[in-house]
Amino acid sequence: MIQFENVSKRFPGGQEALSGLSLSVDKGDMVFVTGHSGAGKSTLLRLIALIERPSSGQVIIDGQNLKRVRRRKIPAYRRQIGMVFQDHKLLYDRPVSDNVALPLIISGVGHREASKKVRAALDQVGLLHKEKQNPETLSAGEQQRVGIARAIVSRPKLLIADEPTGNLDPDLSLEVMRIFRRFNEVGVTLMIASHDIALIDRLGCRRIELDNGRLAQPANDIEEDDELWQ
Amino acid sequence: MAVTRHSEAVAPIRKSGPFSIWLTRHASTAIGALGRLVRQPFASLMIILVIAVTLALPASLNLVIKNAIAISGDWEHALDFSAFLQQDMTVNDAEGLARLIQQRADIESVQFVSADDALQEFKAASGFGDALQQLPENPLPHTLVIRPSAANTSVSITLLQEELGNLPEVEFVQADTAWVQRFHAILDVVRQAVVITAALLAAAIIVIIGNTIRLDIQNRRDEILVTKLLGASNGFVRRPFLWSGFWFGLLGGLLALGLVQTGLFLLKEPIARLAGLYQSGASMMALDIRESLAIIGVGVLLGLLGSWFAAARHMRKIEPR
Repeated sequence: MIQFENVSKRFPGGQEALSGLSLSVDKGDMVFVTGHSGAGKSTLLRLIALIERPSSGQVIIDGQNLKRVRRRKIPAYRRQIGMVFQDHKLLYDRPVSDNVALPLIISGVGHREASKKVRAALDQVGLLHKEKQNPETLSAGEQQRVGIARAIVSRPKLLIADEPTGNLDPDLSLEVMRIFRRFNEVGVTLMIASHDIALIDRLGCRRIELDNGRLAQPANDIEEDDELWQ
Repeated sequence: MAVTRHSEAVAPIRKSGPFSIWLTRHASTAIGALGRLVRQPFASLMIILVIAVTLALPASLNLVIKNAIAISGDWEHALDFSAFLQQDMTVNDAEGLARLIQQRADIESVQFVSADDALQEFKAASGFGDALQQLPENPLPHTLVIRPSAANTSVSITLLQEELGNLPEVEFVQADTAWVQRFHAILDVVRQAVVITAALLAAAIIVIIGNTIRLDIQNRRDEILVTKLLGASNGFVRRPFLWSGFWFGLLGGLLALGLVQTGLFLLKEPIARLAGLYQSGASMMALDIRESLAIIGVGVLLGLLGSWFAAARHMRKIEPR
């Protein structure tokens, strides 16, 4: 699903966010990207979302070499992947349901079809009863769940999340991770950047650790804590 | 979590056909853009008013010119010319010629002015009476004052004038059309000036709408960024702003039409009175359907142009970083 081949990203200032990174994530996997801040986690995700282009090497997503995705085709490409942001990036001038409907409106789904999908997505994150509210009135955890509902409403095969639990306390973080896990169970590939190593280790998912833009050898010798998923 | 909802979420998304997608998107964006206008009634009204005044100005100037041309056209048709006959013609011959010319279809009337009458009139009118007394003989020829029929065009009048001038009995023909032509030349200059002014005002409208849309784009920067992150194309992001420009232009055009019509209504009475004083049937020509639609159409076009320029210029810079 995700394949990085010798990818480097150098910024105009000269600092190198990623250097010669190669990795691959299979379809249906749920992987975490960890590392210190500045290790290149965000850059990795931004390359997948085509917010940035690599300086060298190639990124292949679902068989699609991103080098061949021209500027004009970026919107269509982005519609295939779901994105969750640390700061939710919700629009506060409209209710929760309209926020979640946004990807469907962008891809031209009819009104009735869209509202069905929106309700289904909100139900999956447990916020169906708040669909009419303004996101501002929701707690940070709820806002993040709205962000997740929006990311999955158009049923992407790949979902990327940049520090989705960055602003949440441990209980809420676990709740968000459980939601992610449920999508993973129905076949969605997930890549989640996080520095919450304690939580990740308890989840028992694959971990890609970055150190200064390179692959570090992750200490992946943990057993999955089955209790946690219940 | 309800089971039915879950299966609903897994079912493939049905998409509507491309045309109905296009139509639905535009309809909802258009209504949304209108809604934003209404939510800021004062600001919107100011912009619409500026557009309306800017459109109404050249439109009403154009109307004035149109009326001036129409009125002066009447003058030209009703214009008499004087055919001065050869010095040696007798009164009888001259009257015969007058009757002959009178029979032409393109002539309404011919008035014969004998040389003696002309001299009397000149003496009385010029104040040179005593000096003219000294003349050994009457230097003036007989004259025919010819009034062409109303059916003549300005071209046929020129031809008529030439034809009469070529008659052997006629010394020369003098038409008093020169000042009408001068008047027309002035009107042409004024009309050119109005065209130039209209072009400048059109540019002003584009700038005004462009600037409004630019501020709107800046205010909605976050929304643009988020929608772009979610896969919105430039076209999708631009659409609501184009619709805003459309509404500004349309409402401005309609208001401009209202302003011009109100102006016409207010002028109706005084013009009727003026026409009455000159015993003329002339009434102010109003805007016809085509001109009315043109005002609205120009408003819409300028609105779209202004918003398109602003969107093209400022939207590209807003990209997720």
